[in-house]
Amino acid sequence: MSTGTTKLDVVVSDVVPVNDLVTRFHFRRRDGDLLPTFSGGAHVVVEMRDGQRTRLNPYSLMGSPLDTREYTISVRRDDVGRGGSLFMHRNVRPGLEMVISYPVNLFSLDLRAKKHLMLAGGIGITPFMAQTAQLAGEGGNFELHYTCRTASLGTYADVLRERYDRRIRLYHDDREERIDLDRLLSTQPLGTHLYVCGPAGMIGWVRDRAAALGWPAETVHFEHFAAPQPGLPFDVTLAVSGKTIRVGEQQSLLEAIEAAGVDPPYLCRGGVCGQCETNVISYDGKFIHNDHWLSEEDHRSGCKIMPCVSRFEGKSLVLER
Amino acid sequence: MGITFRKETFRDDFTFRNSPEHIRRFPFPFHEDAYMYAVNIEPHVVGPKGSVLENLIDVDEHYVAEMQDRALVLAEDPLRCQSLPHMTLAGWDLLELLMEQQALGYPEHFTLTRDGDRWRWINRPLGIDDTFTFGDTSTLPYGPMEYITRQSQGDFCILDQRDGNLWMDAGMVTTQADWSLDFDIGMNFFEWHAPVPLAHEKGIFTRALKFLTNIQQGKPARRLNWTMTVNPRLDTSPENYHKWGPDRATVTPENVGDKVHLRVELQSFWRLPRSNGIVFPIRCYLIKMDELVTQPKWARRLHRVIRDLPDELANYKGLTRFRPTLVEWLSKLDDGSATSSGFGPD
Repeated sequence: MSTGTTKLDVVVSDVVPVNDLVTRFHFRRRDGDLLPTFSGGAHVVVEMRDGQRTRLNPYSLMGSPLDTREYTISVRRDDVGRGGSLFMHRNVRPGLEMVISYPVNLFSLDLRAKKHLMLAGGIGITPFMAQTAQLAGEGGNFELHYTCRTASLGTYADVLRERYDRRIRLYHDDREERIDLDRLLSTQPLGTHLYVCGPAGMIGWVRDRAAALGWPAETVHFEHFAAPQPGLPFDVTLAVSGKTIRVGEQQSLLEAIEAAGVDPPYLCRGGVCGQCETNVISYDGKFIHNDHWLSEEDHRSGCKIMPCVSRFEGKSLVLER
Repeated sequence: MGITFRKETFRDDFTFRNSPEHIRRFPFPFHEDAYMYAVNIEPHVVGPKGSVLENLIDVDEHYVAEMQDRALVLAEDPLRCQSLPHMTLAGWDLLELLMEQQALGYPEHFTLTRDGDRWRWINRPLGIDDTFTFGDTSTLPYGPMEYITRQSQGDFCILDQRDGNLWMDAGMVTTQADWSLDFDIGMNFFEWHAPVPLAHEKGIFTRALKFLTNIQQGKPARRLNWTMTVNPRLDTSPENYHKWGPDRATVTPENVGDKVHLRVELQSFWRLPRSNGIVFPIRCYLIKMDELVTQPKWARRLHRVIRDLPDELANYKGLTRFRPTLVEWLSKLDDGSATSSGFGPD
């Protein structure tokens, strides 16, 4: 379907409830072969056939990269989201045949690091499951700080503690435990790289404090788990393919373009990788740029849009697609 | 069946030759009668039988001789092969890729057997039969990148991807067209391309980097690049300029067909799975003018390309000294008729 990635035909081999919000899904190849090797931090895009609609959501691979007999992902149910996680929780059962993308890594470990300092919030723990497994296999030096709402929602906290013991620190919101971030960031050895994955607010906080404390930007790595935001419906003309389409309230611009039979490239579907960048030919209205890829200047220029997460309000919009 | 490997040299007496079948499979790089830069990147997929694209990693009649020449270069200058400490994992990735592809394409010459992480590699042309533990460097006679690239045609640049850029942090480079791994190691994409004229202004490198950092596992890409070399030397490194530079002054109307070689690089680009790095295999193909002009279409087209090449490019590619002699010689083979489109011979 996409020009961005190669596809894998898989079957759901297991579905395991982890806690009140999170369910784990296991995939194996339909032909019984090994799945492709991947690196810690990689994600796959899972295609969901939901009636007439195809949903495409990215999820981090959380198994060990040393074992590719199966892939595992964990999905946090979002009752007010756009429906992808609900589809996974309600409709995906063992034995279901699905299509997923090859692994893509936009949250790679920097293998030069003398130490890897990891900060996770909530479901942001998933890429660290694979990264810690990879580093442990190579004797790498890491330390993981994990904040969750309550002990019962500390997804895989018990697994991590058992595997890595004192390298894992847990913080529970309901006990008012909070990472002493400034102290943590100012006591790291030279050559430490910082990785953060979690809610946007947490990522912003960690990046700001790291910058204020003098961490070079190239040592601070982050991954947003940003789903496209809903908004008012709008109309778009696709100049190259000669189509006019409507983007629904709960639909992203990228999804609407795909639904019209146009096949734009994509990788992350979260506004960070740059792959779906599209030129704006003309517009009369206002962009709602939700991406982290384009520069502020690009945003102001009105010449480019990232259709995976960004929206538009106004009279007319013509894109080069 | 199988390939008949030639006994030949790329130095001293220069006995390198292409067989008639290899002349026809030569990756001629000009699809029209003129040349200018383009980001000529396309998916690296299997091509026609009998072409250099029949397998994604090509092994040909020059394999054994090229590996012997590489060993000579490394014995003189071990810095042609370097890997920064964080690139060892990428070296294992490359070892797996090359063993898999060579065994897949040429089962009569190469066999890979895996039992978990105990691997056995048989390379019949070079007389190698080694068993080792994948991931354990102490079980191989060299580091994983050096081990496998001593057994694979072409140069290899392994790039680390970080901060939206690519960094040349490892490589095996012994058959290069006048650049040096020892100089470029640790540089990023823009730094190591800094000497290339005209292309920066056209924004080519910015677009190329964006494409390359998005290369995905399972979807390699490729492009062709070219230059010319006097005598069939594989090692035209800056370190050895004193050996090959003066060759450029030896071209005469009498020897141009034997001495001047078109040198084509088939560069492919692969995402490495464990390290998330990228590897560029740069496979070098040489053909002397006498061999190339056995295909009349190529003779006519090459005449027009070299004649009309912008001076900056001719200079960058090191042709300036012998270009008039070459153009004069080729002009006699150009009857002015039209050339068909596409790369292949008629």
